Amino acid sequence: MRTPLWRQPVTDAEAHAQHAGLAHQFEDLEQQQEADALGIWIFLVTEIMFFGGLFAAYAIYRWLYFGAFQGGSHVLDIRLGAANTIVLLASSLTMALSVRSAQTGNRRALVLFLIATMILGGIFLGVKAYEYDQKFVEHVVPSLDWAPEGETLALLAPGGLGHAQIYFFFYFAMTGLHALHMIIGMGLLLWLVFRAQKYSFTPHYFAPVEVVGLYWHFVDIVWIFLFPLLYLIGGRY
Amino acid sequence: MSQPIVPQKTYLTVFVCLIGLTILTTGVAFIDLGPFNTVAALAIAFSKMLLVVMFFMGVRHSGGLVRIILVAGFFWLALLIAFTMSDYRTRTWSATPESWSSTAPPTHP
Repeated sequence: MRTPLWRQPVTDAEAHAQHAGLAHQFEDLEQQQEADALGIWIFLVTEIMFFGGLFAAYAIYRWLYFGAFQGGSHVLDIRLGAANTIVLLASSLTMALSVRSAQTGNRRALVLFLIATMILGGIFLGVKAYEYDQKFVEHVVPSLDWAPEGETLALLAPGGLGHAQIYFFFYFAMTGLHALHMIIGMGLLLWLVFRAQKYSFTPHYFAPVEVVGLYWHFVDIVWIFLFPLLYLIGGRY
Repeated sequence: MSQPIVPQKTYLTVFVCLIGLTILTTGVAFIDLGPFNTVAALAIAFSKMLLVVMFFMGVRHSGGLVRIILVAGFFWLALLIAFTMSDYRTRTWSATPESWSSTAPPTHP
């Protein structure tokens, strides 16, 4: 099995003197850091395209069935959506502070901020799980449990129940893909906590923290758009 | 390391701005602005994205290569949405303007 890059012995004496985190193909840590950052940025652009397909499909159906999308949006709980937005923004703050702690070489703060980011991510996912559960309670899960009644039915009926199902397909596909990214991000954060505990990072070598940070902020940005697009369609007046 | 160390205060200020914009976008949703509700929601989301990208992701201090990759990504997304929407929105347009129908030669199949 191939040894991960960061554990490979550095044969070049000068590089070794500089830092063990330097992979052999790079001249110095700065060049490695730039290559790492460029790599994650290109990955994030592919992610823009990945989510972009969903956003484009959303744009078409929202234009075609605006009434149904508005009705579906009003079934969601705006307070939970807004609260989750704030939780996720707070997790981005702690993530940015994690990277800063790595830069300044404060290992204790790094671990604490990483754990704080994980806790906030966990709260977000917990609220999301509660919201998903509410969709089953209100019977607005397309295909699986679709039988809106009472107040929910009154909100959805004007736009057409069939078209309202399309809205909820988008709701589950977009928030589901976003939640999957969050779960992957939490796994990456856990890995960073373990590595930080083992003194892997120094003010000169913390590229993994920076890379995971960029990914986490990207996932936050996706939610920044999902919140108004799913919860605030056409206003709530 | 190429990235400078940004003071904690900067991150906190950006965070407070982001919270303010979240409250603003939620509040605006309860005011009837007609089609401008969507415009306002997207404009606020875009501002929040810029704050996160520039400050939290540190693009403020990034070189031209990262910036051009980022702009290329968003340009692609704009193409995707603009061309898809222009297709769907013009599908119902008639192939020949109605005023031409009396004199126009038969259209291609």
